Amino acid sequence: MNATATTPARRQLQTPQPPASPFPYNPGSLLSVMDLDLAAIGHLLSRATVLENQDPLTRDRILLKRRIALLFYESSTRTRTSFELAAKSLGADTTLVSSLSSSIEKGETLKDTGLTLRALGAEAIIIRHNSSGAPWLLEQETRLPILNAGDGMHEHPTQALLDLRTIVGHLHEIKTGCHPERTGPQAALSSLGVVSEGSASRAASEAISQVDEKTLHGVTVTIVGDILHSRVARSNMLLLPRLGARVILCGPAQLLPDSAANAGPGITVERDFEAALRQSQVVMMLRIQAERLAGQQIDLTQYKDAYQLTGQRLDAHAPKALVMHPGPIIRGLELTAGVADGPQSAILEQVRHGVAIRMAVVERALSAQPKVGRA
Amino acid sequence: MSTLLIRNGHLIDPAAGVDAPKDILLKDGRVAEIAGPGKIKPGNGTGSDVQLLDATGLTVAPGLIDIHVHLREPGQAHKETIATGTAAAATGGFTAVAAMPNTIPVNDSPEITRWMLSPDRSASVRVFPIGAATRGSKGEQINDFAALKAAGAVAVTDDGHPILKDSIMRETLAAAARVGLSVIQHAEDTRMTQGASMNAGPTAFKLGLRGMPPEAESSLVERDIRLVTELKDARAHLHVAHTSTAAAVAAVRKARRNGLRVTCEVAPHHFLLTEEHVGLYNTNAKMNPPLRSAADRDAMIEGILDGVVDAIATDHAPHAVHEKEVEFEHAPNGITGLETALGLCLRWLHKEWKLPLGRVLSLLSAQPAALLGLKGRGTLAVGSFADVVVFDPKAEWTYHAKETRSKAHNTPFDGWTMQGKVRWTISEGRIAFSATTPQ
Repeated sequence: MNATATTPARRQLQTPQPPASPFPYNPGSLLSVMDLDLAAIGHLLSRATVLENQDPLTRDRILLKRRIALLFYESSTRTRTSFELAAKSLGADTTLVSSLSSSIEKGETLKDTGLTLRALGAEAIIIRHNSSGAPWLLEQETRLPILNAGDGMHEHPTQALLDLRTIVGHLHEIKTGCHPERTGPQAALSSLGVVSEGSASRAASEAISQVDEKTLHGVTVTIVGDILHSRVARSNMLLLPRLGARVILCGPAQLLPDSAANAGPGITVERDFEAALRQSQVVMMLRIQAERLAGQQIDLTQYKDAYQLTGQRLDAHAPKALVMHPGPIIRGLELTAGVADGPQSAILEQVRHGVAIRMAVVERALSAQPKVGRA
Repeated sequence: MSTLLIRNGHLIDPAAGVDAPKDILLKDGRVAEIAGPGKIKPGNGTGSDVQLLDATGLTVAPGLIDIHVHLREPGQAHKETIATGTAAAATGGFTAVAAMPNTIPVNDSPEITRWMLSPDRSASVRVFPIGAATRGSKGEQINDFAALKAAGAVAVTDDGHPILKDSIMRETLAAAARVGLSVIQHAEDTRMTQGASMNAGPTAFKLGLRGMPPEAESSLVERDIRLVTELKDARAHLHVAHTSTAAAVAAVRKARRNGLRVTCEVAPHHFLLTEEHVGLYNTNAKMNPPLRSAADRDAMIEGILDGVVDAIATDHAPHAVHEKEVEFEHAPNGITGLETALGLCLRWLHKEWKLPLGRVLSLLSAQPAALLGLKGRGTLAVGSFADVVVFDPKAEWTYHAKETRSKAHNTPFDGWTMQGKVRWTISEGRIAFSATTPQ
């Protein structure tokens, strides 16, 4: 017998439908980019801009002395630091629990760790975990606002939001000719109000607020590399098409199954990197996640030949495209040092947007909640 | 032993070709007499201790037989015991269950088989142990099947694991054939499923979970069928456990057309649910084989309706609550099934998809009994074991996992509407379950 086993008559049978999702239990949670409708996305973008430009001494009263736990089962530089800076710049107290220096090492389950943090007075938990779906379990067990800071190979919603902010800001720049500062420590500090921002940057930021299904109309975003293991790729491919973007996934079959094209609308798979580049306004490069390869061997020479973003490739096929990378970057592997540091790179601008977006997300997490001590 | 007279019920006994109003007298653990309504008089030589069961409006059928359950004893009594597992079986209308050998230690010896059969286990219904095919179910060294059979084993399997090596599977099929035991294969080429926790495909990709490809099942079924073909021993019987893919059902269908003794079972979750029911990491929708695509699920329905599927078996796999309250990829595989099988089969196979009641009951009793050669079971012909289920075929009710008699609550069917409410389950003439509130 072949694939025609499913007869037309059989397809007409009524079958049980999956139940509606009970998630998120808490309106302050951000587990997936799919938890946010377009209005909520617009609100977060606009709050990010307001908070970024607000006087630090006023801003710090927004969540004054509220308690936020960061629960990290995986290492992190950007996400952890920016969440922590974001929460602190709103006045919240934060505490970091990491799997290597806590009772998690002694075998405590995620449920028990979550309940313990809640008993200690945590009003929201920011979680990074190596298992896909862990934030859902944590939310189900604690019912606290849970912010997903990356779960396994699944999602990284705040990264997609900051990528969106980066892309929208760049579009504004193209339209207005403004060139907001992109890189350097100045930018990161300015988002904390340490350094006053340039006027061009402010103008760009202010444009990033209202979004609809046409905001990214005509924009093609190519995500390149280890899509299979990338939570950044999944969150972006689920988010960007809802604002009108086309998403092209590009990589070898080993790191990009054909079925990825069915993950949602507006997603296509293209194996030829240069063909993808020619269609792209944005190129998002990904690291090969050696820690998740599960025994797979990748021929790196072959990989670089086909998928490394070099200056030559960029000049030849996408001389105007914005180059993005969620980090950490491996110079000389998925992209050359010249591209990483070059004029088309928005890699550090992404980092700067991370703090602003996470301030908005943290604010949202606790604004739905009255300040009630639970301990 | 008391005598039971079930009166005014509608007897459906597919194996005996009966579908009519009948009274039935059970005596000394056997079916003593069957006659038209009112024809058997309680005082008429049946003794004074006869107990009357009024089955007006109810269906009387052979007790259900589940050839695939995990009772977790010995070794994992925190999940289930033979006593609690068989209590759940009785609640669900089952009078016989075949217990898989993936216990701790593995049931690979006559001693463990006999321990499971001891009256000390307090089983509510009849337990038929299935012996491990290989030592410790490691797939390396085959067990003494004659000794296992003598101790009471009714088949051999390494369930939970496949018998992966060609040479070992060939030897298992040959040795089992010689002693007249079936070989039950957990068809999963584990070389294709490392680290995987659900069906491979777009849903797994979206959830960021590693997937088990359907080929991991079907390729092993095809391999096993080839081995049976090559064996050229008419006694050889391959039974495919918990079939979940269209390609595996197709392979079984083809083998049967070629005259091979190859059978298969399907679990209710595989003909009802798809990978979409995993939702957002519901560990109660995690089992092995996993919930598959809609096309695979449709092929299970097709196989049941067209007769290639020989039995409905639940793969009842209880786990403690805390074991399922973990990250999806760390949660153990399996769901309970004994209390929901009849209600789901009647609600969907019968009511929704119009499979005649007699055929549904046959898939749950006569056919599984024949498949494992359980003599005197799966029928209510005079002289058979007095294994009976009496149920209201029209009653709709809602299943609540917290009310279960199993130790475990891990089911995706909590809160589901069921059809067909069990009133009495009678195991060898003894009432093993009685609904407290009559409908």
